[in-house]
Amino acid sequence: MENFADQFFNLDLMWQSLPLLMKGLWVTLQICVVVIILGGLGGLLLAVASDSKSAWLRWPTIIYVDFFRAVPPLVLLIFVYSGMPFAGVNLSPYMAVILAFLLNNSAYYSEVYRAGLQSIPPGQVEASRSTGMSRLQTMVWVVIPQAVRNVLPDLLSNTVEVVKLTSLASVVSLGDLLYRADMARSMSYNSSPIVLAALVYLVLLWPLVRMVSRFERKQHQ
Amino acid sequence: MNETAAVSLQGGAPSAAHNPFPILELIGLNKAFGEQLVLDSIDLKVRPGELVCVIGPSGSGKSTMLRCCNRLEEPSGGQVIVDGTDLMDRQTSIDRMRQKIGMVFQQFNLYPHYSALGNVALALRLVKKLSRSRAESLAFDALSRVGLADRAGHYPHQLSGGQQQRVGIARAIALDPKIVLFDEPTSALDPELVGSVLEVMRELRDIGMTMLVVTHEMAFARAVADRVVFMADGNIVEQGPPEQIFQAPLHERTRAFVEQRH
Amino acid sequence: MDGLQHFLQVFFDPVIISHYWPAIVGGLWVTLGLAVAIVIAGILSGLLLACLRCAGIRWLNGLIIAFADIWRALPPLVVILILYFGLPGVGITFSAWMVLFLTLSLVLAAFSEEIFWAGIRAVDRGQWEAARACGMRSITVLIWIVLPQAMRMAMPSLTNRSIAITKMTALGTVIGVPEILYQASSAQSFSGSATPLTMGALAYIAMFLPFVILGRWLESRMNWRRT
Repeated sequence: MENFADQFFNLDLMWQSLPLLMKGLWVTLQICVVVIILGGLGGLLLAVASDSKSAWLRWPTIIYVDFFRAVPPLVLLIFVYSGMPFAGVNLSPYMAVILAFLLNNSAYYSEVYRAGLQSIPPGQVEASRSTGMSRLQTMVWVVIPQAVRNVLPDLLSNTVEVVKLTSLASVVSLGDLLYRADMARSMSYNSSPIVLAALVYLVLLWPLVRMVSRFERKQHQ
Repeated sequence: MNETAAVSLQGGAPSAAHNPFPILELIGLNKAFGEQLVLDSIDLKVRPGELVCVIGPSGSGKSTMLRCCNRLEEPSGGQVIVDGTDLMDRQTSIDRMRQKIGMVFQQFNLYPHYSALGNVALALRLVKKLSRSRAESLAFDALSRVGLADRAGHYPHQLSGGQQQRVGIARAIALDPKIVLFDEPTSALDPELVGSVLEVMRELRDIGMTMLVVTHEMAFARAVADRVVFMADGNIVEQGPPEQIFQAPLHERTRAFVEQRH
Repeated sequence: MDGLQHFLQVFFDPVIISHYWPAIVGGLWVTLGLAVAIVIAGILSGLLLACLRCAGIRWLNGLIIAFADIWRALPPLVVILILYFGLPGVGITFSAWMVLFLTLSLVLAAFSEEIFWAGIRAVDRGQWEAARACGMRSITVLIWIVLPQAMRMAMPSLTNRSIAITKMTALGTVIGVPEILYQASSAQSFSGSATPLTMGALAYIAMFLPFVILGRWLESRMNWRRT
């Protein structure tokens, strides 16, 4: 039992590795912000395109989305990071992580937004167009606000997934939270730093996970 | 209260006269939601073969009273006696008693993943433990009684509202209950579909089924009920034969309600 | 034309493809086996937890909610590292395969519990009432009336979530489970060519794309016409 406490909850070691982990957390948060904002916007554009009447716009986006939903993000990351240099494209770990996660996540965000767009009854568009608003105005002022509200829980749960996803950055040695924790682990032969990292993820994400469940309950009522 | 009880005894259905023991008896039934008392010490008897209609303004507690009769709603106090057994008694198996108490719902509540026949047969198989073929043959008989033998294989969404409610009635009578509770059975129906459901209820009455019906259909209550109960504010204000309630009510509130509804 | 030829040489080198084909196929079987095991274990335990939650036992529900929350909030890679590198330190050693299987099954169990629970709650209260009024016991109502409807509502989310989680078997690379990505990236470092990575990606596409399309189809025919 004591052995267990020492292996997983060595407070001294946790305290020592805390500054290192906080540095990692900063990197993790940076990736999150970029991926959430750009991925969210890209996803919205993809969703609007995949909901379009033109088959030339619709099919390529659907293929894009399904392709990136079928490929594991880690495969994508390793492809971008170690495969692309063979074609003469060298990316820093930071850029590789952002590119791979953006490709992956814009696809997921797009599916969420698409469900939202499809939940808006056609009468809304007709009513808006009948007052003389353009197609773009209708999209921006009438359809998208309602669509976003309808899929808020899914958007939030996707955002939780983005934060969890950033832990993969450690595989390409980007100094994120998990990478630093794993470094501390291999130096000390003790798992407490990773347990501490797990706790940091929990503190960060538990409130969001709770909110997802709360929202979903409200929607069903 | 004594006065109205006396009236009801005189005006009871002919079939009730030679069998004084009630199938359903509520004694001092109370129901409170938090602070709010929605049923205030209700006493009511329903005798074998009787069709009792409960009318009253919305919020008067009629549906709550009905739902207390099979404990879908948990009474706060009092007794519910069905066929001589007190439902509130701890020894009583409520699931066994519910086989004796059919219920028909306002929103039909048919199971969307079963056909009409499946809806009716399911409880026969699971509760009465009948074989599939026996259950289905009984279910088919019940569907025939409500005039839907030719729709047995249809799923709820393929049926009209009136047909769905008749399947709901078939589901309730298939268990061969002692009494059937109807909770505003026609309120969710389009006007042109109401007739078929009321017709089925009238036929059930003619074969001697005991029924307690919460309804807004004044014409039906007037024409078919053996006794009409008028409720307001969680109390039974007045009860008696339809002629009394609709033509010569004893209470001012009853008169006001009945007149406004015509 | 030279550019295209170079591109094909880098990502679709036929010599490399024929050489590493068996390794990638071997990885495919490992991934497939893991995926099947994870989906079965994860979904069944999720279903069981959701049913237990219906019993309405307060302390038990608290535990189930905490379980679901924690496993939905933790990144699987973190858990994998703790189990794989931490447990041997206290005398418990799981194989890499077991660690991957356990972690992802628990994550899927947490997600599917939430999905089933949402489905169960979305079934109209009248369905419970009608069945209870016929004298059915709660457990009978759950199994025959509520679960079939809840499952149907849960199918699209369940499919999508199962894909997302079984895809994470690629994390096995980090602890040396010989699945597709592991085979592909070790082939890449042996051969000094990007082609094995392309092969790995295509293997994942071949395996998961049908399910992605299935999920899409389930979503589109979701609406069950009810009164």
